[in-house]
Amino acid sequence: MAFLELKGVEKFFGEQRAIKGIDLTIEKGEFVVFVGPSGCGKSTLLRLIAGLEAVNGGSISLEGRDITSLPSSKRDLAMVFQSYALYPHMTVYDNMSFALMLAKVDPATIREKVEKVAKILNLEPYLKRTPKELSGGQRQRVAIGRAIVRSPKVFLFDEPLSNLDAALRGQTRVEIAKLHRELGATTIYVTHDQVEAMTLAHRVVVLRDGRVEQVGTPLELYYRPNSQFVAQFIGTPQMNMVSGPDVAQFSTGLDVPVPPGGFIGLRPESLTLGAPGSGQLRARVELVEALGAETLVYVSTESGTQLVARQNNARDLPRVGDAVGVQVDRSTAHLFDSQGKVVAAPAR
Amino acid sequence: MSAPKPPLTPALLARTLAAWVVTLVIFFPLGWLVLTAFKTELQAISVPPLLFFTPTLENFTEVQARSDYLLYAMNSLITSVVSTLLGLAIAAPAAYSMAFFRSKWTRDVLMWMLSTKMMPAVGALVPIYVLAQTAGLLDTRLALIIVFTLSNLPIMVWMLYSAFKDIPHEILEAARMDGATLWQEFRRVLLPLAMGGLFSTGLLCLVLAWNEAFWSLNLSSAKAGTLAALIASYSSPEGLFWAKLSCASFMAIAPIVVFGWFSQKQLVQGLTFGAVK
Repeated sequence: MAFLELKGVEKFFGEQRAIKGIDLTIEKGEFVVFVGPSGCGKSTLLRLIAGLEAVNGGSISLEGRDITSLPSSKRDLAMVFQSYALYPHMTVYDNMSFALMLAKVDPATIREKVEKVAKILNLEPYLKRTPKELSGGQRQRVAIGRAIVRSPKVFLFDEPLSNLDAALRGQTRVEIAKLHRELGATTIYVTHDQVEAMTLAHRVVVLRDGRVEQVGTPLELYYRPNSQFVAQFIGTPQMNMVSGPDVAQFSTGLDVPVPPGGFIGLRPESLTLGAPGSGQLRARVELVEALGAETLVYVSTESGTQLVARQNNARDLPRVGDAVGVQVDRSTAHLFDSQGKVVAAPAR
Repeated sequence: MSAPKPPLTPALLARTLAAWVVTLVIFFPLGWLVLTAFKTELQAISVPPLLFFTPTLENFTEVQARSDYLLYAMNSLITSVVSTLLGLAIAAPAAYSMAFFRSKWTRDVLMWMLSTKMMPAVGALVPIYVLAQTAGLLDTRLALIIVFTLSNLPIMVWMLYSAFKDIPHEILEAARMDGATLWQEFRRVLLPLAMGGLFSTGLLCLVLAWNEAFWSLNLSSAKAGTLAALIASYSSPEGLFWAKLSCASFMAIAPIVVFGWFSQKQLVQGLTFGAVK
């Protein structure tokens, strides 16, 4: 039996159908990430699970119990909000103990639990402060602490890192992953950042226009995307899409023919740049981004297709304006039909 | 460190003078009222008017003796305080639902509520008088409390609505996720956060109810009359007694002026809700 199960969940905002019949099962202890571009419905789906929005169709059950129309306060879920949503008039200690106090847990137990969590999150020196006396990172930790103290059935995170600066974001991401390993709690995490999705998730749910586009482990999504959308959403820089006249140049030697109007998808690492005339295509370098360990080279083919290649050697880099030959590793090509559905994917 | 004084230009001089003139024009009637309160009746009507005289307190003893100032003051106090508290108790949940559970009608409901304030009160005089009469509530504090509460309700809902709207919705959602019931969410999170707004709304309505004259004059007299009724009783039938009328007015407005003076910061804050982010 699934721990958390969504069956045909629908949500309308007025006339607009925001969530279009979502089926999803989440196992106990799993770390699931909802990812997708803005407006895809990922936050709405989380809020439906939280009970902060009313479900218009379908059902949600937790441990076999139907919670579709149960109020948030009775679902035993904890949520970390993007804006942290700490209680500004309460101290850090009161913020973290609020839920337990409402649940009428005895004060000694509350103290013990709050202090234990404060220790895990390095919040001990700040327990008497109010949220406005804390930095953004500390507030974020209080918000996480407030959720952990309760030991809820499921943790819900709504883009919790998007208000932090890049360095802190990376650091907090690692802390969240570590916390999940220690606590083993079922977690649903919403983000638009695919790096967070790839690094944190056991399973990633890619959403698009209120529908589930694909569900899978991070590497499944990376290596076997079932649509052009997922292929281009997962991975930075984006997967290259070759279409139009260039398709013919690439398609010789492929096991499966490219359907009419279709695309060939190539990860930046499957392109190698060489001297002009080498490889299958001729191109001109438009931009070189040297990132240290690797370099991204943006080129434009004779027919105008933009491609990006990931080069690992820092030496012999082409310069902007240079003519180059593009060598393609055909075994790594993804084939999509004109609708963006996958036709063939590389064997791994 | 103080800012350097701006040079005295003719324009600045003109503006300063204009400001003083306007201030004096506004203040004059009130100042004159206070002066007259300390005059004898004869001094009060003397021509040319007296600016310097020996002040007397006889008006105060006379007003208290003739018409029991304390009873009227108590009526004013009870009706304004109770109607304010009652109004807050009704307006706060209304404003809560409008601020946090908006529907497409919310805006219209708010406008409609405010529009009732645009109607002249006298338009509702007859029905309300008849209702009060039928219910046996004429000249009772209860009638005044009900009318004051209802007439201030639109303003209270509007002010609290603006105050609540400044509170991020997510904080209330966090409370819900933490297991708070509706009442706990209201009592432990919303009200403490909106304390400033509640306070200034209460203050303003207290002042409005205290100053209310139309309904107190029409629905009450000797038993439940407020200070407004006291002042009015010194005008017409027995001829005009300027000194006593001024004295009664002075005694009626003094408490609320002192009160307003000490709470002006909250009052201004309340009136400019949502005006500046």
